[in-house]
Formats: sequence, structure tokens, C-alpha cells
Amino acid sequence: MSIKGKGYIVGAYEHPLRKAPDKSVAQLHAECAKGAIADAGLTKGDIDGYFCAGDAPGANVWSMANYMNLKLRHVDSTDMGGCSYLVHVAHAAQAIAAGKCNIALVTLAGRPNSEGSSGTQVRDRGVNLPDAPYEMPYSPVTVNLYAMVAMRHMYEYGTTSEQLAWVKVAASHHAQYNPNAMLRNVVTVEEVVSSPMISDPLHRLDCCVVSDGGGAVIVARPEIAKSLKRPLVKITGAGETTKGQMGGKVDLSYSGAVWTGPRAFEEAGVKPADIKYASIYDSFTITVVMQIEDLGFCKKGEGGKFVADGNLISGSGKFPFNTDGGGLCNNHPANRGGMTKVIEAVRQLRGEAHPAVQVKNCDLALAHGTGGSLGHRHGSATLIMERE
Amino acid sequence: MATPYQERKLRDPALNPGDQPYFNAAAEGRLMLKKCSDCGEYHHYPRSLCPHCFSDKVQWVQARGTGEIYTFSITRRGGPVPYCIAYVTLDEGVKMMTNIVDCDLDTIRIGQKVKVVFRKTEGGASMPMFAPAT
Repeated sequence: MSIKGKGYIVGAYEHPLRKAPDKSVAQLHAECAKGAIADAGLTKGDIDGYFCAGDAPGANVWSMANYMNLKLRHVDSTDMGGCSYLVHVAHAAQAIAAGKCNIALVTLAGRPNSEGSSGTQVRDRGVNLPDAPYEMPYSPVTVNLYAMVAMRHMYEYGTTSEQLAWVKVAASHHAQYNPNAMLRNVVTVEEVVSSPMISDPLHRLDCCVVSDGGGAVIVARPEIAKSLKRPLVKITGAGETTKGQMGGKVDLSYSGAVWTGPRAFEEAGVKPADIKYASIYDSFTITVVMQIEDLGFCKKGEGGKFVADGNLISGSGKFPFNTDGGGLCNNHPANRGGMTKVIEAVRQLRGEAHPAVQVKNCDLALAHGTGGSLGHRHGSATLIMERE
Repeated sequence: MATPYQERKLRDPALNPGDQPYFNAAAEGRLMLKKCSDCGEYHHYPRSLCPHCFSDKVQWVQARGTGEIYTFSITRRGGPVPYCIAYVTLDEGVKMMTNIVDCDLDTIRIGQKVKVVFRKTEGGASMPMFAPAT
């Protein structure tokens, strides 16, 4: 069974705040839910499926379901880190196709900015982890795990810091038009490579923002979507997987996107060259380069050349990406960027992106996310959507 | 420019059942790997079931303690001192996460030959790390 055409994204909402010291995480989740429900033209009582991940209070589904007083017949708290919400959209389409629910709500929210989170901190990862004794004393942190991927990419393929910098430059060109973006100044390649080195070869401006806030989307069955007044955004294909250290045969030259991309394209019946707009997870500049290669938008190893010289800038480049400014400039709520990737793809397909970055005739979009760390264990999820 | 290696406080490993032999050997200056008697493959980090063939006939064997740097990064911000995290490819073929120590961190290169040394965590556990082999 395929999910093609079984679910439509009928509501999308991105919280406008990037710093919310006076709001609780539960409140942010609920405000996002309210925004997405209103965007769809529905009411809370219409929701019969709910999806959330590890950022939800208690890392379970019942705390937020209880806070919002939802009456549900399908729930899913799959946690795939930052790409959870791409997985949730696909799972929602599966659940709808199987008759398990009609209208599914997906929420994400958090306040790492107010809580002082940083990608250079060793995070408490919980108990019983089999890998922790063999890793944590070495101080792996978010940024150095991605930095090791970038270092290897440079070694194997000759990728340069200047090429990586172009990813940030393109994101900044888009963020200047987003009034809610955390960083709205357009930056140059020179400014990126001369920003402080955080963990070689990644500079400060190779890293995404740390922001509070969140987002929500609503997935509904076709008949319901067609009864609402919003443009129709149809889910046509998806892929999900994890990739790890393979028992010690570690290979950091590729990500799980090499598996999720082809599955999603096959299900949707389209090719990479058909995609008009792409939301590509941008925790770091290297994340974008690697995923663009692995999804088949260019050959392996040529991602650096592909992203250079403004190719990712909407309007002038051939591959417009992250037109909201992405995680690098706009928003990375709860340190999880998958939700905003879906939301901007929905804006593009509806023709509701900022006019300066709106892709013309945008009828086919891809969103791809990574969760965890490309440098050791990660989730990957790809989603393909069509405007009908 | 040079970034001399400096000692830093190391977190203690939070051991699970089955981890003790690795750290007992490390305390005696030996780096251990798990090897599967059925498929012959080494693996790391150590498990009670072979991640390649799922056999439970996995045994501790001592690694030679030499290898080369697969990738690395020097983390210059966030901690009290800069440090180098890396994956090292051991001569046995498996890659392990580690730190590179006892050298100017700015001279570290992918492909560099390294040998195992041991450093103590705050609570006294020994962690295998690697230093340039020459």
C-alpha cells in the first residue's frame, strides 16, 4: 500500500517567537496547535489523531493530549530527533489510509534559547545507553560530531569552507525577507569563514540558531481536505530510516538520505530533477551539502560545487532551498528543525511564501530532515508533497 | 599557530552490565575489542551479540593498539580547553571514537598513524586515547 494521495496537509503554523522565557513548553505546543487548527479552518474537536516527539513535556503523548484535552483514536510519539515531524506527517498519512483517524495534529515546541542550550555542551542522553561508556568521556557534542563529517567530506571530496559558507549565505538572503527570522542580516562567504572557529572546520556561522518556539501541521483525509478552503497540499511519497556506526564499520561519507530519498521519489513517481523547491535540514552547512548529494540532486562529492555561487538562492539560483531562512537564520525550535522544513514547503506549495522568495509555479516540493547526529547515529526522513 | 594538548577533566563512563572487562583491561593498559567466533568479524563498541551475524559467540580479544585517524575535529569553544575528538581506524579494521592527545592539536591530520595511550576520568576509569605513533 502506498500513502500517495492518502493524506493532505491542511493546516500549518510556525510560532512567531524565537525567545519565549515567559511561556511554558506546553503552552507553546498548544499555541502552535491552535494556530494550525485555525489555519486549516477546523476546530479542536475535529482532531482525532495526535503526533508528538521527545520535545513534548514528559516525552510522551498523553501529557500534551491531556493539556489540550484532545479526544483521540490514534496516537504516535515516534521520536526521530529533529526529523520526527517529517516522519509524523508520513505516519499520519499511513494512519488515515488505514482508517485509524481522519484529522491528525502534529506539534513541536521548546525553549532551548531561554534555557541556555548550546551545541558545544555535552548533553545528558539518559540511562542504559549501550554506546555511552565508549563515547561520553571523549566529550562528543553536537557541533564536533557534525564537524567530523565535514572534515572527512573535505578530505574525500575536496570540499572547501568557502563552499560550505555558500549554504549560510543563501539562507541569509532568504531570511532578510522573514520578519520573524532570528538572524536577518545578509552575510558574505568572507564573513562566514572569518567567524570564530567553533570546531574545525565549522565556524560559528556554519551553525544553526538556537531558538525557542515551535510549529504544528494538520494532516487530513482527501475528502476533508477538499471540503476546506485552503490550497490542496497532497502527500505523495515518504521514506524513513536510521543509520549508525555499523558495528564499527563507520562511514561518515553518506547519510540515511541515500535510502529515504529513492523510496520517497519512487512512491511519489517523480525524480530529483522534478522538484521545484526543497526544504533541506540545515543544522550545519555540511548537513545541507551531504543531504543534497544523498538525495540525488547532484553526484556524491559534488555537493560543495553544487551549493556554491548562489545556486541555493531563490530567484537567482537553480535550486531554491529553505526560503524562510532555515535553521541557519530563521528558526530551529527545540533544537529540532523538521517541523519548520514541512511548514515552509507548505507555504511554497500554497504560494504563500514571501513574494521575494516564492518559487514560481511551485507544484512539487521535497522536505528532508536529519535527527540525532550525522557523525554517529541519526534518523533520516524524506517527504514529497504536491500542489493539487 | 599552535594548540598544545592540555589535560581536561573527563566524565566517568556510565557502565552497563557487560562493560566491566573492557574497563578492567583498560586499567591495565590494554585495549580490548569484541570478535565473533562464528563470522570472524570484529566490532566496536562491544556488544553481547555480534552486530554483523547476531551470534552470541563473541569474545574479548586484545587489539594491537595502533591505527590511523579516519576523521577528527578540534573543539575550540565551549569547554575550558580545546580538545580533539576523532574516529580512529584500528589495524583490526574497526573504527572507534576517541580523543587525540599528546601533540600540537593543529598538526593532526586524517591518515596520521597513532597508537593507544590511556587517560583517567574524574572517578579513575581508564579511557583509551591515541597519540601520534612516531
